[in-house]
Amino acid sequence: MSKFAKKKSGELPAVSTASLPDIVFMLLFFFMTVTVMKNNDVKVKNELPQANEIKKLEKKDRVITIFVGAPNDEFASVFGKEATIQLNDKFSNPDDVGDFILQERAKKDEELQNVLTTSLKVDKNANMGLISDIKQELRKVNALKVNYTTYEGDAFNNIKN
Amino acid sequence: MGKRAEVPTVNAGSMADIAFLLLIFFLVTTTIETDAGLARMLPSTAKSPPVTIKHKNLLEVVINKDNELLVEGEEMPLHELRKTAIAFIDNAGEKDSCNYCKGEGLAESSDNPNAAVISVKNTRETTYEAYIAVQNELVAAYNELRNREGQRRFKQDYTAMEKAYTSSETDAETKQELKTKIKLLQDLYPLHIVEPKN
Repeated sequence: MSKFAKKKSGELPAVSTASLPDIVFMLLFFFMTVTVMKNNDVKVKNELPQANEIKKLEKKDRVITIFVGAPNDEFASVFGKEATIQLNDKFSNPDDVGDFILQERAKKDEELQNVLTTSLKVDKNANMGLISDIKQELRKVNALKVNYTTYEGDAFNNIKN
Repeated sequence: MGKRAEVPTVNAGSMADIAFLLLIFFLVTTTIETDAGLARMLPSTAKSPPVTIKHKNLLEVVINKDNELLVEGEEMPLHELRKTAIAFIDNAGEKDSCNYCKGEGLAESSDNPNAAVISVKNTRETTYEAYIAVQNELVAAYNELRNREGQRRFKQDYTAMEKAYTSSETDAETKQELKTKIKLLQDLYPLHIVEPKN
């Protein structure tokens, strides 16, 4: 047999997996860098409405977030099914919003205290009555800059008619 | 000379598995944060003398508890709202006060963009998504007019300028320039959306 005949044995050479760790590491680093660790659990249903004329919230340290929505199933037996406000980790009523904002504002650096934005993450099925109450409270503590946080999408999806 | 012991190489075969494990952990814990939305200023509580707005300078939008839209007392589907709002803002009933307007100049519609006020009224039962949809359309109307004016004066869209202004890659000099342009466009079509108390 000549030495060339051996190669025709029909077996496919195995794909080299030597670079697999490199590829996986690359992916790993990508996800590590883009990951933002959540610092508070959202205890309410929080499916945001869609809009397309949106502006990005630039600096994370200048934002105070208020969640609004119906409590998650495990809290529904205690707090009911109506939309409620979540401030930090606890359910609250509109009267607490003012104090919450003042507290959060006091935690920030002095030079940021006047440029804070309140991000309202409101479930799309919430009633406007509650939102109006929150807005009144925000006005009382002079937190006038608000951002109705939404998903990017077609606003017409919000109203089906 | 004594025999030097060879340092055994660490087996790197399981490296891929470890990396996979970490990768899957980060994949699962990652939440892409939503950090964009409609920016708005609430009116200050400081007492200001009540302003009287002429009826023709006011576009009344009402969202009822069934999320239906009433514009100037007439029912209207959402997709017509933008067109109506643009026609109202850009009407220019007083031709002299708005030479850049391209509206029809109807006597019963707004005098100029500066005087035009859109009032959005909702009931307590209106859902948030309907409210956002209406707000989005009204902002879209303003943006469309500002874009038009931006194209005419600076050959650039207002929304593009705004995006460039907030982008971190833009240098300070361009930012300053953009700021004056943005300010000018905002003054040409100032956002007047009010929400009367009900």
